[in-house]
Amino acid sequence: MTPAVVATDGARVNVAGRAVLDEVTMTVRAAEVVALLGPNGSGKSTLVRALMGLLPLASGTVSLFGTPVDRFRQWSRVGYVPQRVTAAGGVPATVREVVISGRLSLSPWWRPLGRVDRIAVDAALETVGLGERAGESVARLSGGQQQRVLMARALAGEPELLVLDEPMAGVDLPSQDAFAQTLVGLVGAGTTVLLVAHELGPFEPFVRRAVVLRAGRIVYDGVPPPASGHHAHPDHDHVHPHAPYESEAGWLTR
Amino acid sequence: MADPMMELLSYPFMQRALVAAVLVGLTAPSVGIYLVQRRMALMGDGIGHVALTGVAVGLLTGTSPVYTAVVVAALGAVAIELIRERGRTSGDVALALLFYGGIAGGVLLVGLSDSGSTGSLTAYLFGQLTSVSGSDLAVIAVLAVVVLLVTVGLQPRLFAVCQDEEYARAAGLRVRALNILLAVVAAVTVTVALRVVGVLLVSALMVVPVAAAQQLARGFRATFALALTLGVVFCSSGVVVSYYADTASGATIVVVAIGGFLLATLLATLLGRVRGHRGLVDSPQPDDLALDR
Repeated sequence: MTPAVVATDGARVNVAGRAVLDEVTMTVRAAEVVALLGPNGSGKSTLVRALMGLLPLASGTVSLFGTPVDRFRQWSRVGYVPQRVTAAGGVPATVREVVISGRLSLSPWWRPLGRVDRIAVDAALETVGLGERAGESVARLSGGQQQRVLMARALAGEPELLVLDEPMAGVDLPSQDAFAQTLVGLVGAGTTVLLVAHELGPFEPFVRRAVVLRAGRIVYDGVPPPASGHHAHPDHDHVHPHAPYESEAGWLTR
Repeated sequence: MADPMMELLSYPFMQRALVAAVLVGLTAPSVGIYLVQRRMALMGDGIGHVALTGVAVGLLTGTSPVYTAVVVAALGAVAIELIRERGRTSGDVALALLFYGGIAGGVLLVGLSDSGSTGSLTAYLFGQLTSVSGSDLAVIAVLAVVVLLVTVGLQPRLFAVCQDEEYARAAGLRVRALNILLAVVAAVTVTVALRVVGVLLVSALMVVPVAAAQQLARGFRATFALALTLGVVFCSSGVVVSYYADTASGATIVVVAIGGFLLATLLATLLGRVRGHRGLVDSPQPDDLALDR
C-alpha cells in the first residue's frame, strides 16, 4: 500500500463553539484522486482549510505526509488552490507575478528567485494554457482564466499533493476543459489530488473515489456516484433548506 | 527659469527640505503599495494619528520627538495589525478607538509640555519642512534606507502575503512575522514623513502615488517603480511650488500629488480608449460572461 499523503483521525473543527466538522476520519494515499463532495455548508471547505493548517482542530488529528499538520514544514510539497472570486488584489499584478508566489516556499527569504524558478513558473503557465498571457494584468482576465492563474501558482512549486477548493466555481467552459486536461496530465505523472467540488462534472473520467460530507460528517466514502452526480446517491435527500436558490431543475440543466 | 531655481537651491534649509522630500517620496509609496494591495489604504492614517502621541511624549520628556514617535507609532502599528489579524467586526471599532485616542492623547500631552504651543502642534500635524535640521536629515536618511531595504528586498514575500494571505500561510510563509514587519516599517515611514507633511497628511503620500501609478501600470513591479518615481516628482515639485507660492509645504505636496493622480487617470482613460479599439479585435469577451448562471 502506498504511503498516506493526507490522514485525518476523528478531526473536529469548531466555529463559535459549534462543531462544523466532526469525527472526520479519512486517508488519501499517494497518487490517489479523491473528490470531496457535499452540499453547501457541509464542511468541505472547512475540512480543506483544516488540512492546510489554516483552522485549528478542536480534537482529533490531521497529518500531511506522516507529520502532524501543526508541525508540518515542507509546504512546498503541497499545492493549494483556494476558493477565490478573483486572483487580483488592490494593486495591479501580472499573471507571472501572482504565479511566482508559488515558488517562495522552496527557498529561504534571503535568496532571490533565479532561473530554475522562472523555468518552473513558465512550465506551470504552459500547463494551464496561459503561457501567452504571462505579462497581462490578472484583473483583466476572465473568472475562469483567473482560476487557472491560481492553479498555476499551486503548480509552480511542483507539488506532490494538489488540493483544490471548488476550482470550477464560476469557470467558463473552455477553462473547465483546460482544467480537466491539466489534471489528467498531473494524475498521469503521479500527483495526488484532493478536489472539493459541488459535482464531478468534467472531473468524472479520472476521479476514482469520492468522499461525501453532510453536516460536517462523512456520509459516504467509495467509488464516485454514477453519472447523474452525487445527487443520485441513495443517501441524498434532495432537499436544500440551506440553499433554496439551487433548485433541482438547476442541477438537471448542468 | 534657471535663476530662481538656483536661488532656491542656494539656501541650505531648502536643500535639506528637498532631500527630505525626495526621501519621503521614495519611502512612503514603497510601503503604501502593500497597504493599498491588501485594501488597507487608511492604515497609514491610523498610524499617523498614533504617532502624534509619540511626538507629544517626546516634547513632554525632552527627548527627540522623532525617536519617541517611532516607538509609539510602531507599537500602535503592531496593535492595529494584531486587531486586523483577528478579523472581527469589533476590530473596526477598536481601530477607531486607537486612531482618535492617538490624536487626542497627542494634543493633550503637547498642551502639557513646556514647548507646547499651537505652533509646535501645527508643525507636527501638517509638517514643517523648512525646519528640518542636518541631524534630522541624517535620521530620516537612515530610516529611509531601512524602509527601502525591507520593501524592495522582501518584495516577493510581502507581495504574496498582501495578495492572498491565506494562500501565503498555506504555502508556509511566515505570514505573521511579515505582517508585523510591514506594520513596523509603516510606522517608521510615518515618522520619516512627519516633518515633511505631518501626521494628518502622511497617508496621502503612501496612497496617492500608488493610486496614480496603478492607473498606468499592468504589473506590481511596474506599479512599484512608477509609484516611487511619482512620489519623488510630487514631493520635490510640491516643495518648489510651496517656496514660490509661499504656501504650506505639506499641503502643497499633497495637492500636487492629487493633481498628478487626476492627470494619470485622464491619461489612462485616453490610453484605454486607444487600447480598447485594438482589444475588440484580439481579445473577445471573456467566455464566462456568456455563461448563463
